[in-house]
Amino acid sequence: MAVTLVKERWQSRVGEVILGATPEQGGTRSHTITVGGDGTLPFLHFEGTVANRPVVALEVNDVEPDWSPRLKEYYADVINNPAAWAKKCVDEYGADLIYLKLVGANPEGANRTPAECAQTVKDVLAAVSVPLIVVGCEEAEKDNEVMAAVAEAAAGENLLIGLAEQENYKSITAAAMVHKHSVIARSPLDINICKQLNILINEMGLPLNKIIIDPMIGGLGFGLEYAYSIMERARLGSLVNDKMLAMPMVCTPGYEANRAKEANAGIEDFPAWGDLHDRGTMWEALTATSLIQTGASILLMRNPEAVKLVKQNIEELMVSNA
Amino acid sequence: MLIIGERINGMFTDIGEALKNKDPKPLQHWAVKQEEGGAHYLDVNSGPAIPKEERPEAYEWMVKTIQEVSNLPLCLDSTNYDAIEAGLKHLKRSGMINSVPAERPKIERVFPMAVQYNAAVIGLTMDKVGIPLNAENRIAFAMELVAAADEFGLHMEDLYIDPLILPCNVAQDHAPEVLEAIRMVKTLSNPAPKTVLGLSNVSQKAPDRHLINRTYMAMAMAAGLDAAIVDANDDDLIATAATAEILLNKSIYCDSYIKVFKSR
Repeated sequence: MAVTLVKERWQSRVGEVILGATPEQGGTRSHTITVGGDGTLPFLHFEGTVANRPVVALEVNDVEPDWSPRLKEYYADVINNPAAWAKKCVDEYGADLIYLKLVGANPEGANRTPAECAQTVKDVLAAVSVPLIVVGCEEAEKDNEVMAAVAEAAAGENLLIGLAEQENYKSITAAAMVHKHSVIARSPLDINICKQLNILINEMGLPLNKIIIDPMIGGLGFGLEYAYSIMERARLGSLVNDKMLAMPMVCTPGYEANRAKEANAGIEDFPAWGDLHDRGTMWEALTATSLIQTGASILLMRNPEAVKLVKQNIEELMVSNA
Repeated sequence: MLIIGERINGMFTDIGEALKNKDPKPLQHWAVKQEEGGAHYLDVNSGPAIPKEERPEAYEWMVKTIQEVSNLPLCLDSTNYDAIEAGLKHLKRSGMINSVPAERPKIERVFPMAVQYNAAVIGLTMDKVGIPLNAENRIAFAMELVAAADEFGLHMEDLYIDPLILPCNVAQDHAPEVLEAIRMVKTLSNPAPKTVLGLSNVSQKAPDRHLINRTYMAMAMAAGLDAAIVDANDDDLIATAATAEILLNKSIYCDSYIKVFKSR
């Protein structure tokens, strides 16, 4: 007897967000990238529309990061030059976007001025033609100044800027509205705060199609499954017409996976764990591929070898199973 | 929970007058006001103000008039199916047919029409004889309507079973039977049909209508109610629906959940 697949009829879909702007649109990017738009759970081509493939951004820092030597090796020749670093990510490592972290703004660190940070963003914009994601140093007060300067310096580029959080969203939202950028709304693994933050940002006047959700995640072995179910709830919400949860999601597997002991401890300490190089790569790749299974649209990554695996996985998942 | 605003009905004096004089203002006023209140759908009923032979033309006019100011989907409410069809032809968004009893000739007229116009159908658990007293007999009619949906190719999610609530001040014994019927409807098929109530009927001619309406609505939602034809400008009722959805874990909590419920 033939088996009939049971298909859900979803009432709604994830919203689409466009990143970057071409010269005709007021920016300087060679192309834009559209994320979101799916009308079903991830990759169920037989049930609904899988509108846009997930994309991968590689992380670039404006100061030398305290990453493991294993990761820094990939960027040894460019690690003190964000523009060259970004170019290498795009040209050699196939990054769809650049994720620029202005860590140097931190008052406890290099304490760069907002103007210096804005110049770094301009340098990176000049070096690559892909759309940019730009975040500050995660020091709220300084970030408000820095991101206002960045938003102004890159007006019209439709950057994806962050981070808007429940206790600090007004300044960055205003900057995005004035200078035509999109915003990352970050909530601490909490679906209720996630939804409320989207409402607050939207009430200021930023359209829903200019907001990307960062639900925050745990890496593989460190709460990934908790993040997974929160993202699943958000996706299910968007499919039943909960517009305040229907934004595409961005995740940080590069940061979270490489914090794990399993991505850093050498084989000499844990002989049973096997070679660190492959283990570290797999830790980030598996964190990332799990996240796209629950609806991540943008992956912020660090390891180029992991990126290669993830992009291959995305290609396979985008083949229709209808 | 789908809120269907009941106010555009010729039984109300201002709408009845508007229909006679072809005055668009009262219809448009209530379309906008009900949407602001929290309606997701608008019921449209000419009432007795218009003679039968003029009703098709009246429904066409009502649909066009309302759609000039509102994008909400419409629930065309009449026992005159030619009038409903006249309205269906001009809908911008898929609508709803209100309603059809479990009587064969009427089923044969309404279900194919619903499929043709991609509309949902409200099916009443009654026949020529009237409304049954207990849940079991209501379900027997519901089953006929479910079978008809299957027969005519209407998606089960587009069938809204109305188990028919009566005023509690004269027919108190119906209220628990209707709740039980709502529960039982959900077991009739998979996917299950939806359920709907003409809620305001429960409080006809009682002094504390708002309280009775929202209390019964919360109880019915817990039993599985999906939609209700209500006073969409009763703020406490709308807030109760939004809150019940949260407490039933049907939508995700956030501090502004009532506002989200109204605006979706």
